[in-house]
Amino acid sequence: MTSVQEKPTRTRLISGPGMLLVWFYGVMVVGAVSRSVFQIATEFDRAPLAYSLSAVAGVVYGFITYSLVRGGERARRAAQWCCAAELAGVLIVGTWTLVEPSAFPDATVWSDYGMGYVFIPVLLPLSALYWLRKNRTVTQ
Amino acid sequence: MLDALTLVTGVAALLLAAWCGWAAYRDQPTKDWHFIGMGVVSLLAVVQLVIGIVQLARGEKPEQGTTIFVAYLLGAFACVPAAGFMSLAERTRWGSVTVAAGGIVLAVLEVRLYDIWGG
Repeated sequence: MTSVQEKPTRTRLISGPGMLLVWFYGVMVVGAVSRSVFQIATEFDRAPLAYSLSAVAGVVYGFITYSLVRGGERARRAAQWCCAAELAGVLIVGTWTLVEPSAFPDATVWSDYGMGYVFIPVLLPLSALYWLRKNRTVTQ
Repeated sequence: MLDALTLVTGVAALLLAAWCGWAAYRDQPTKDWHFIGMGVVSLLAVVQLVIGIVQLARGEKPEQGTTIFVAYLLGAFACVPAAGFMSLAERTRWGSVTVAAGGIVLAVLEVRLYDIWGG
């Protein structure tokens, strides 16, 4: 909180719709991280690829959440890259799970384009990219 | 007992979501009455957490595992208060939308809790 007071010029990324994005990203962080921690700790051998991917997804979500809350142009750009990576991830893994289900004995967060999570994993990066683009500063 | 409470909490969460969604539709931030509503839903989640733990202590086993059950109980407990604090920081309609989303997430968690307990 103090860093925000020191640099009042930093673009706020969590005003208005941004707050809703932070909420959903927060939910996804808790969902993906707790799920993968539990699965990796108890039954990693069953579906190592699926569980590792869930863990990676959790870390990406965590970074985006942090960037949104922190605000500023650099965090905005970093979040934009991560959202693009997230979108690519959910599209690649989603297609992968449909084409070759045998590689995934158990579901990941991104299986079937995030169907188990009401398609939030595929809708979230799209809306976040839109929101981040709208907030770019035109200075320099 | 736990199943009934899960149902009541889920329905209350949906009502809260509809109520805050209505506030957002009318372009209003969350107000005192909404926070009282969030308090009621949170209280239900606390009671659920306590009863769930008591059931576990009495030796009953959730169908899909104790760890997952406790994790979901904690998630359900934290869900609405977290959304409530975020709506305190965002005094526009988007704060209301956030609480509405929180209510929907809690309702989903309740459905999962019902499955995990094996009701």
